Formats: sequence, C-alpha cells, structure tokens
Amino acid sequence: MIDLLQVRNISRRFSRVWNRNLVVYRKIWLVNFLVPLLEPLLYLTAFGVGLSALIGQVPYEGKELPYVVFIAPALLSITMMYNAFFENTYASFVRMYYQKTFDAMMATPLSLEDIIAGEIVWGATKSVIATAIMLLVVSLFGLIEYPQGLLILPLSFLGGLAFGATGMVFTGIVPSIDMFNLPIFLLITPMFLFSGTFFPIDTLPDWAQSISHVLPLTHLVNLCRGLALGELHAGMILSVIYLLLLTVIVFPIALVVMRRRLIK
Amino acid sequence: MADTVPIIDAKNLRKVFNGTTAVDGLSFQLFPGECLGLLGPNGAGKTSTIRMVYAFSPMNGGSLKVFGIDIKTGWREIKARIGVCQQENNLDPDLSVLQNLELFARYYDITKKDAKDRARQLLQFIALEHRSEDKVTSLSGGMMRRLVLARALINNPEMLVLDEPTTGLDPQSRHQVWERLELLRANGLSILLTTHYMDEAYRLCDRLIIMDHGKILVEGEPVDLIRRYAGEQVVEIVNPGPEVREFIQTSGYMHDMLDHRIILYGREDDNLFELIGEKFCTEGCIKRMATLEDVFLRLTGRELRE
Ligand SMILES: Nc1ncnc2c1ncn2[C@@H]1O[C@H](COP(=O)(O)OP(=O)(O)O)[C@@H](O)[C@H]1O
Ligand SMILES: [Mg+2]
Repeated sequence: MIDLLQVRNISRRFSRVWNRNLVVYRKIWLVNFLVPLLEPLLYLTAFGVGLSALIGQVPYEGKELPYVVFIAPALLSITMMYNAFFENTYASFVRMYYQKTFDAMMATPLSLEDIIAGEIVWGATKSVIATAIMLLVVSLFGLIEYPQGLLILPLSFLGGLAFGATGMVFTGIVPSIDMFNLPIFLLITPMFLFSGTFFPIDTLPDWAQSISHVLPLTHLVNLCRGLALGELHAGMILSVIYLLLLTVIVFPIALVVMRRRLIK
Repeated sequence: MADTVPIIDAKNLRKVFNGTTAVDGLSFQLFPGECLGLLGPNGAGKTSTIRMVYAFSPMNGGSLKVFGIDIKTGWREIKARIGVCQQENNLDPDLSVLQNLELFARYYDITKKDAKDRARQLLQFIALEHRSEDKVTSLSGGMMRRLVLARALINNPEMLVLDEPTTGLDPQSRHQVWERLELLRANGLSILLTTHYMDEAYRLCDRLIIMDHGKILVEGEPVDLIRRYAGEQVVEIVNPGPEVREFIQTSGYMHDMLDHRIILYGREDDNLFELIGEKFCTEGCIKRMATLEDVFLRLTGRELRE
C-alpha cells in the first residue's frame, strides 16, 4: 500500500533529473563512448582469436556456433548490466551522499520519487547508449542478425531498468560507498561468470543450472542471444516476463529504501 | 495584519527523531513582506523547523499552511513558489556556474529560454557574470553562497527560506549577501531565516523568534526585545570585588553575575555608569549599548552547546 502511494509521487518532472545527468554525460561524451567502443574489441581479440583456437565450436540450442558468435550477445548483456548497475550504485551514491545533489533537488517541486525514477531511467539510458555503440562494433564483425538484432536496443532499456533499480536498492541501504563491493562480489561477478555468458549453462551440473536460471543476467543473455542469432523461441517470453517482474518488484523497493534514507 | 492571509501559518509544529523531540509545539506566522528570524543555539530546532516549512521533512504533529495551502496536500505547489538556501552549499559540482542556475530552473518547469535569461540576470545580481563558465568548485566560499542565493531566486519565489545564509563567510562576503537580501526585502519578498549572528538578525529582520529545545522562548521586534530583556544601557564590570557584588545584588538592577565579570542592565536614565564607576571601577568598566546578543545569552544561557 505504501509502495503504491509512493509510486504516485512520480510525475513527468522526473525527466528533468534525467536531463541533468545527460548534460553532465555529454560534457565528457568522448570518454563515455570510448569504453563500449573499445571493450568489445578487447574481448573479441582475447576470446575470438586466443580462446577460439582452443574451443572451436560451442553447442547451443542444437547447433554448433563459432565461439565469438556465442559470446558477442553475452558481451552486450554484460554491458547492459554493468552500465545500469554501476550508474545507480557508485554514481548515484556520489550524487546523493557526497554532492548532496538530491537534497538540493528536494527543495524544488521535484519529489524524492521523481529524483529516484529519473536516476534509474538515466541508468537504463546509459545502458542503451553503451549497448548501441557496442552493437555497432560487433555488427561490423557480422556477429548480429538483422532486423531481429535491432530489438536488442529496447532490450537494453529493460535490462537497464532491472539492474539499475536493483543497484538503487543497494544505494538506499549501504552505509558507505565501499560496501558496494559486497553485492558486486556476491551477485554481479557470479552472474558475469555463470549466466550462460562464456559457456552454455547445460554444461553445468543440475543444481548449478537451477541456480543459474534464477539469475537475471541469464535471462538477459538468453534474450540477447536469441535476437542476435535471429532465432526467436518460446523460452524468450518467459525471460521477458522474468525481467519485467523483477523491475516491477525492485523499483518500488528502491523508492521505499531511498525514502527511508533521505527523508528525515 | 489580522485580515491578510499569512505566508506561513504554523500551529503546534512537532518534529521527533527516534524519540528525541527537535521541535516541540512551535506556532508562528510570517506575514507578507516580512522578514522573520529564527534564533537559537545549536540544536535548538531551527533547521528542523524550516525543513518542515519547505516540505523537506514530514511533520510529526501540528498543522502547517503556506500561502494558505495545506503542506500535506499542496507540497508541490508550495515548493514551486518558494526559494530555499539550505544550510549546506549543495551546488552541483558537475556543472558550471551558469548551468547550476539553468538546470535548476528546469526543475521548476521554466522553459529553456526563460531559464537562460533568468540565469544571466541573477548572475548579474550577485556579481558573478564573469565566472559563468567556471566550475563551481573554483569559487570562493562567499561566491558559492551568493550563487546558492541566486539559485534560490531562479523561480521568482514569493517567499525565501534561508538557513544560516552567512555562516562561515568573511565580513566582506557577509555584507555582500546582506545587501542583496535587503534589496529583495525592499521589493516585498517575504523572508524566513535562521542565523547565529545577532548583527545579521538585527539588521535584516522585522521580527525575531528566539527558541531553544524546540520551543519559542520569546518573540518580538528586535528593538523591543532588547529593551525588554537587556534594557538600554549595559555596564560590564571587570574582575569585580566583593563589595560591588553585594551592592549590585541588593540594588535590584537587572544583572548577570559571572566568574570574572558582572553585567548590569539598565535604562538610559538609570545612570548606571556614574553610579558604579566612581565607587567600584578599579579594574575597569565598560559602558555600552544593550544588544541582541545580551538578550540571546540571557535567555538561552551561557553554557556551551554540543
Ligand atoms: N536527521 C536527524 N536525525 C536525528 N536527529 C536529528 C536530525 N536532525 C536534527 N536532529 C536533532 O534535532 C535537534 C535539532 O536540530 P536542528 O534542527 O538541526 O537544530 P539547529 O538547526 O537549531 O542547530 C538536535 O538535537 C539534532 O541533533
Ligand atoms: Mg541548523
């Protein structure tokens, strides 16, 4: 009930908060663009040239895929996760705690909920921008099927919302900025490794597969890979529902913990 | 003033932080065009009070109307019509001086073009046009404070709320801020401010509330408060001997007995200095006008806070 009331405090003014972050982002757009531009090249060289020779083909959904084709969608998914999660943890925490940006905003007609919604949507936007740049790079290597591959962009927004809102929950509860190491070590890094990113989940023992299916990144990778290969399958609907549900549940929790933290 | 709608109408305001009461049944009004000052030692509840007024903190009791609007339902409209300088300078360090104003204007739904015009005008008003492209982190403390003031004016507010507007500034910067505030006041802006500086309160405020422990101690115009609680003339006797102590205790004059000093408060025609001076001023006596600081110390005590 309280959650529902809080969501009602969100107005279209949240876009002003989003806009503030965009203005700051544009100031150093070159640096911001450089990472998603170069990162896939690093990975593709290391895995594509180096590891591929050892691995060769990867079995996936009854087919044999070259290793770079297999990991390209995973790199995109990881980018979505990292951009949104890091934006709404470290960067949001700095604005909230050190710069007192939210305090200043709360003296204007913005509500706390406008501010947090603006931050999370901004995190998702960063995910979209980084994904778009990286998508361009990996497409040049012919690793993405079009037109289905275009759906990766809206997917990066959904993934960004899910991971950004999750990050914002931690921002609402960590006592200090160093404490983000904990969710990163316990959640982000295991997901990076065990979400069907660098090897298919089927190779894991059953119990590990079950755990893997609970991880949000598994579903993001599943969707992204289907779109990149241009092969849509029924399991993808479940993954979309999973990510939507996660967002719808975690977003109000982020509002609650941030209200607890900031409204005195 | 009885028939004008008060800008602020606070009744029995209460604020409790996990068991400790910061504001304990405070009632006051601010009338249009008036400057009201909240004075009180650290922890008296000044910040807690004004945070409720600008809808930052929810209240734990009482009722509060701003512009005649109930703050519980109309907080967004109220916030749109007031300007706030918080106690900390929370300028946006990621943005330039000009952008700090322009983007803040956007939070009020001011159009981009109006935001630009208004930002330029305000930079002129605070004499910072020449720094408009600089990072705010490169500004001096006084410049930052002026910029915070300009930012609070970006929406052409009908009321200004200032939490310690000049704390930590050098005398030049304080006077810079005061001059701007006096101009705004002359233009009819209603102001609610808190301060630790008695000269600031005396110079800027039409009316003062001295508070402690979340409650109002006294309320009134600065001159009246001084007359009521510190008289007109003050004589300070340095290192007083036992005779003078006894003389004053039996004389019936308003006074404070300190360890190494007696402060004696009287009226102009009491001729205190003449009375005391000839007999007892061995180590030195100081004769001066009564000030707000006397009132403040007499009412809130001389012990250190926090
Ligand atoms: N966020 C808070 N949490 C707990 N206690 C607080 C908080 N803010 C203020 N207080 C307490 O409330 C009292 C009043 O504080 P405040 O309103 O800041 O006083 P002032 O501004 O007059 O110095 C103090 O005892 C202070 O410790
Ligand atoms: Mg204070």
